[in-house]
Amino acid sequence: MSDEPIVQMRGITKDFTGVRALDGVDLTLRPGEIHAVMGENGAGKSTLIKVLTGVHSPDAGRILLGGEPVRFHSPGHAQAGGISTVYQEVNLTENLSVAENLFAGREPRLGPFINFRAMRRRAAALMSDIGVDINVAAPLSSYSIATQQLVAIARAVDIDAKVLILDEPTSSLDRDEVAVLLRVMRRLADSGCALVFISHFLDQVYEICDRMTVLRNGSLVGEWATAELPESELIGHMLGREVEALDAIERRASESAPEGGTPLLSAEGLGRKGSIAPFDLDIREGEVVGLAGLLGSGRTEAARLIAGADRHDAGHLAFDGRQVSGHNPRTAAARGIGFCPENRKTEGLVGELSVAENMILAMQASRGWARAIPPARRAELVDEFIAKLDIRPADPDLPVANLSGGNQQKVLLARWMLIAPRLLILDEPTRGIDVGAKADIQRLVAELSAEGMAVLFISAELEEVTRLSDRIAVLRDRELIDVLHEESDMTTERIVDTIVSRGGAE
Amino acid sequence: MSASTSLKTGRGRAGAYFKRLMWPLIVLAALLIVNVAVTGFDFLIPDVHDDRLSGAFVNILRRAAPLLLIALGMTLVIATKGIDLSVGAVYAIGAAIACQYLMSRDQSSIGAVVFAVALALAIAAVIGAWNGTMVAYFGVQPIVATLILMIAGRGIAQLITGGHIPTVGDTSPFVELGRGAIGTVPVPIWIAAAVFAALVLLTRTTALGMLLESVGGNPEASRLAGVRSKGITILVYLITGACAGLAGILGAANLGSADANNGGLWIELDAILAVVIGGTALIGGRFFLVGTTIGVVIIGTLEVTIINVGLSSQWQFTAKAIVVFIVAMLQSPEFRAWVLRPFRSRRARRSPAEPTPEPAPEKAPVT
Amino acid sequence: MSSTTLTERPTRSTVFDGLSRYIPIGATVALLVAMYLGGIARYPNFDNPQLIPDLFIGNAGLLIVAVGMTFVIISGGIDLSVGSVMAFSTMACAWLTVDAGLPASVAVPAVLAFGIASGAFTGAVIHYFNVQPFIATLAGLFLYRGLTLQISDHDVSIREIDFFSWGMERVEFGEPRDGGFSLPYISFIAFAVVIVAFVVLHYTRFGRSVYAVGGSEQSALLMGLPVARTKISVYAVSGFCAALGGVIAAFYTKSANPLAGVGFELDAIAAVVVGGTLLTGGAGFVLGTVAGVMVMGMLSTIIAFQGNLSSWWARIVVGVLLLAFILLQRVLARSGERKRKA
Repeated sequence: MSDEPIVQMRGITKDFTGVRALDGVDLTLRPGEIHAVMGENGAGKSTLIKVLTGVHSPDAGRILLGGEPVRFHSPGHAQAGGISTVYQEVNLTENLSVAENLFAGREPRLGPFINFRAMRRRAAALMSDIGVDINVAAPLSSYSIATQQLVAIARAVDIDAKVLILDEPTSSLDRDEVAVLLRVMRRLADSGCALVFISHFLDQVYEICDRMTVLRNGSLVGEWATAELPESELIGHMLGREVEALDAIERRASESAPEGGTPLLSAEGLGRKGSIAPFDLDIREGEVVGLAGLLGSGRTEAARLIAGADRHDAGHLAFDGRQVSGHNPRTAAARGIGFCPENRKTEGLVGELSVAENMILAMQASRGWARAIPPARRAELVDEFIAKLDIRPADPDLPVANLSGGNQQKVLLARWMLIAPRLLILDEPTRGIDVGAKADIQRLVAELSAEGMAVLFISAELEEVTRLSDRIAVLRDRELIDVLHEESDMTTERIVDTIVSRGGAE
Repeated sequence: MSASTSLKTGRGRAGAYFKRLMWPLIVLAALLIVNVAVTGFDFLIPDVHDDRLSGAFVNILRRAAPLLLIALGMTLVIATKGIDLSVGAVYAIGAAIACQYLMSRDQSSIGAVVFAVALALAIAAVIGAWNGTMVAYFGVQPIVATLILMIAGRGIAQLITGGHIPTVGDTSPFVELGRGAIGTVPVPIWIAAAVFAALVLLTRTTALGMLLESVGGNPEASRLAGVRSKGITILVYLITGACAGLAGILGAANLGSADANNGGLWIELDAILAVVIGGTALIGGRFFLVGTTIGVVIIGTLEVTIINVGLSSQWQFTAKAIVVFIVAMLQSPEFRAWVLRPFRSRRARRSPAEPTPEPAPEKAPVT
Repeated sequence: MSSTTLTERPTRSTVFDGLSRYIPIGATVALLVAMYLGGIARYPNFDNPQLIPDLFIGNAGLLIVAVGMTFVIISGGIDLSVGSVMAFSTMACAWLTVDAGLPASVAVPAVLAFGIASGAFTGAVIHYFNVQPFIATLAGLFLYRGLTLQISDHDVSIREIDFFSWGMERVEFGEPRDGGFSLPYISFIAFAVVIVAFVVLHYTRFGRSVYAVGGSEQSALLMGLPVARTKISVYAVSGFCAALGGVIAAFYTKSANPLAGVGFELDAIAAVVVGGTLLTGGAGFVLGTVAGVMVMGMLSTIIAFQGNLSSWWARIVVGVLLLAFILLQRVLARSGERKRKA
């Protein structure tokens, strides 16, 4: 391996209207090396990559490519400079053949016409170069996502990429497919390419990467050789102060959570191929169950199956002692399961509609369109919950898109509280909201469970999960690996230990 | 507390409403002023002849009634992110069924007329429901699903009429639907007003309107909230089909005949135009039945204005093209950004963005 | 090294996969053959050698316009303005030659250049201002119909202009009684358009980027393809074809009718879809469109032979065909999705 860096990013700073996304971050890439960029949500990974590939321009700092200062203003420009990116969603066109995708825009020609024969020959050679033997004349759509990803990599490599960035390439691949992808990556590195690997699968990172740069809250934590950084320390660096300060946290959850008896909801071998391995989980009335795990561990996927947002293809679900069939959001709501999805804007709220309309949406949907909630009753309910949740501004007719993140989240909570659910599923309800609203929501979760509601609570902040939960299901690499239930287990340290120990066991 | 909030509710909603309707109202006012300037106040003020209102503006409204019916239905379809291209063809089918049925019956019998109208409406509604089923259950894009009947529909209408133009005699109560008056107000205006009122009641006193806007505004969020979007989708296409059929009946009653080839030609395009002028965005979401009504009156007035200002009637199409173009440009964020860019950058230069306070950086130990 | 080799067969077998792309166009061709054979079996004189050439004469304009529409639809757009542009072009030919007294050799190229320019303008509006193709070309539909009517609201004859008699001059291929037939020059223009379009769409970079843009505009952009140029060009191609269709109509009818071509855009779209092109973009064939136009022409011919069937049956049957093809494409797309997930 050469020690002469191909890319040096120094002191990169980037602000987005009021929020500092990157603060003086460095990144050094060397030829022949696979470099992981690690960090939780909002750590600044994707912003850093977007600065490197010319999607964003940095507010401060410089980028050196082969020792020369460069400034890219578009992904195409970065590509021409030898920096290519392969995304999780393959950015190729499925309707064209593999060969056409590989050579789109630069097809070999005879005069003005495309030389299909030469193109197919070169495409086949290119694919076998990275160790993949497929029919390049078949449409891309006839291949799995994994193969499509390899085609995207082959394309990037052939456009003379000196640096190849792989942004979550393994998220939708199964084990064997991942193995092939990692082998291809290693082979590219051996041929002198510098690779950036972004993944939330820790074993993959440890298996393939030579070095890693860890970011947290937009700042650089440090750069290590993989061999020198044990997994537990890495997780500590990614999660930050929680690990050190964990003993100071006072648990607020009710200590009298009911034990035994029929659980309100029980999942048995519930799973969905390519999203979460089959798992068992019980949730009792008045209990807060936390789902903990790193980003991409399958916590959201598990919640969506329980909520009926995605269809499960394995296992059973029982609610209130009865088997559930035909689980979908509508029947779930009818049973009393409310679900606040991870992405407020695209899956939760209807931005154009008012606060009041968003609040009553689930209630109205369950009544059907013909039976409108009487205006007086509606105003009463809306006013009650605006006051109860302290939603500001307290104007029910404001389009919900105009509210701040925290207040939007409260509107979403109110939507489900209105139908008095028996189980409330909250996926990252406190993400990206201000401290006051965060405290309000935590307090609310504690209150609701004290009143007997079951809550399934997901958060990237382990501190929050430990503080609120009676039991914590820990996930890693799309598997539920353990359910912590001892009072003494409700610590971030214990969760981190669980994640790490299971990783080693595999 | 609750009383004060609901008071505010009323005011807030009215304010938002007015903002959306301001531009269409200004355009309409401008058109009316031009007409009044050219032809005098007689343009606006109706007079009574033979126990019925007449006058230029009343005639505009009377002739715009079929377009209004279709545009109202189209508004609901567009609110769900859809579009219905088949309304012109359904117009022709509705007209053909009613006239063809009456051709061979006792035209002066009220019963026959009622049955003819009911039959035409029922079949038009079935056609609409079919469109809705294609969209909701077969997952065909609305523009594609309704294109089929846009192409085949006039053939079906001709099949019904056997390629002739069925006529209904002037003495039949049927033609009163198009030409008659009740309490001096022309019947088509009554019918259009009744449908308008019915749809406003249907969408705003029930939750249909809100759920439509929710499905059109964010289909995924609506699904996760448990909204049954399929039934709602079929319902709005059904309503639109029935409205188109009724529009065809009014058109046929006015002429006393049904022309399968040319009846309601391009009315789908006029209807979409009216909806867009009225402030309902083609990408779905919030809809404005009042805005659509204003849009229809604008289109009707535009046609008359062209004649009144001394242009040949051929200008009609050109004027509409200009309106379509302007509306499309005004709704395009890219266009607005492009036009405003010179102003923006100047403002930006004058007052550079304030440095934002930086969140306290957490310095973690680096190994 | 062999241990690292991944040999993946397509999730569907290659043979089937190769075929599934051709199912719609295969169905169209089969339908065409069945209609022809059925016609021969039922009607005397259906085997007249002039019958097929006549299809290409009567539908030369539709063929040209539909080929242009194929480009637009494959790129994921739609062009509603073609009927109006066509009528405007015919009228402009008449106006420039009869009223303005320009020689036809100036007027015709000017009209064709106008078609390209107007299409390119529409494409630019669609791309740069992100206006829906439906709306942008709707403006064109109104605008060119209006301009046509403003030039003249009645038929204008161009019989006196010698140039326009050139188009219908026929080339004989053998004696009619020996199975020979004749074709006028306009059908050769149509053939030339088809061949050029076929080569451009299937064998040039521009053609392939039309498919890429129709498959996924976002991906095409990230792959560094010239998306703006491609989108503007397809509307320019469609504008050119519509204008050429108008010139062909001038040859064919020797007069300009201001209301010609009303609803022509629908016929063109129908022919493209029946020819196996996906209305959602990204897949289709120029030769499929030729087959689609032939099906529609054959339909009218059969109805004419039948004698007691009326012309509106053609419309209804086209509607049924459209329905069948759209549902077929939905089924193919869905089974593709399911196979890939499994």
